[in-house]
Amino acid sequence: MAIIHLQVNKQVVTKDVPDQTLLIELLRETLGLTGTHTGCDTTQCGCCVVLVDGVSVKSCTVLAVGVQGCQVTTVEGLADGTNLHPIQTAFMEHHALQCGFCTPGMMMSALDLIQRHPQPLTPEVVRSEMEGNLCRCTGYHNIVKAIVSASEKMHAANPASLAP
Amino acid sequence: MNPITFHRPLTLRDASDLFAQLDNATFMSGGHTLLPSMKQGFAAPDHLIDLSQVPDNAQISLESGYLTIGSMARHVEVATSAIVQNAIPALAGLAGSIGDRQVRQRGTIGGSVANNDPAADYPSGVLGLGATVITTLREILADDFFVSLFETALQPGEIITAVRFPVPKSAGYAKFKSPAARYPQAGVFIATFEQAIRVAVTGAGASGVFRLTQLEQLLKNQFIVAAAQSLEINTEELLSDLYATQDYRANLIKIMAERAIAHMGQASVFK
Repeated sequence: MAIIHLQVNKQVVTKDVPDQTLLIELLRETLGLTGTHTGCDTTQCGCCVVLVDGVSVKSCTVLAVGVQGCQVTTVEGLADGTNLHPIQTAFMEHHALQCGFCTPGMMMSALDLIQRHPQPLTPEVVRSEMEGNLCRCTGYHNIVKAIVSASEKMHAANPASLAP
Repeated sequence: MNPITFHRPLTLRDASDLFAQLDNATFMSGGHTLLPSMKQGFAAPDHLIDLSQVPDNAQISLESGYLTIGSMARHVEVATSAIVQNAIPALAGLAGSIGDRQVRQRGTIGGSVANNDPAADYPSGVLGLGATVITTLREILADDFFVSLFETALQPGEIITAVRFPVPKSAGYAKFKSPAARYPQAGVFIATFEQAIRVAVTGAGASGVFRLTQLEQLLKNQFIVAAAQSLEINTEELLSDLYATQDYRANLIKIMAERAIAHMGQASVFK
């Protein structure tokens, strides 16, 4: 067992969990944050993407004890109360989801991309950098449109507002 | 996953000491091959020794014609390093073509090289450039390092600390990605030096990465795209699986070789 201290969506968390606990297991099963989804469980589909210290990772392939002391952001950390994050708004406006299972991972990968990739984000860049997120419904067109649109809006606004 | 005990040493000495003291321990860097392998039961260590907190183990430097990359350098760090992009752009491109964005932000060069997956990208760059693998015990030439599938010259407890690449006159990498798994079904890395031309193939060899000495000779005679067309590849030494037969891979090697020759100075990805 390991005592893990970290921040999840800006809340301080201290939990005692077995060493083999995956980050996604800590989030979903210990903390009840079920917005992050387990899809393939083999590092391919991207449904489980969260940010660790601002960097997108697949939480099915990271040990909870390996992010000791880090800041973790999940899809639950995007909105500010009832105010949706610009990425959430863009996904809604562009109808960038159908069943929605992949959407939390899509949005967290998009956040990493918008915040950390050199601008501007062209549709080609979005397609290649989002390769690790699979959607089986939409055909991706509207997801790409939503991310390009969110990127433009977030970078037009005060850069300080970029953080979730 | 099976129960494990996680260890996080702060020095390589402590990491080596832990390995010597513990039963059934293994080292972990980015964990992006090891953790999936553990989930599937292909690996079942009782102790994980995480190398990520050892300081100064991800540095990238260029000195006297050699590019040295610390073993914990993540793929994204190699791909975006101005030093690597200027010295060996094909190697930066190779790192930037591995897996996906999230995998590149966790996976490391040391982990990839130590694992020696027959479909990993890095082994072709290490062997193609004739690099030297630097460990806690010694320096190992790439030609001696890659032994067979998932097998290297590393001894139990030996840790890769860096990989040192001679900067070539030019280098090129071309790969064809499996449409599903996205690992290369054939990847060809070509490097030209004052005195030598080296060619290494990944994704296609039945014993893992291998040198294509026949093409090295042909290119030494004349460095032209047509050199690859006269290749006669022994298909018995190639991988065969559900997705690509030996004949298919032999043809892919030729085509990727042609494209690497035609686009030296970069990594070219086809899918």
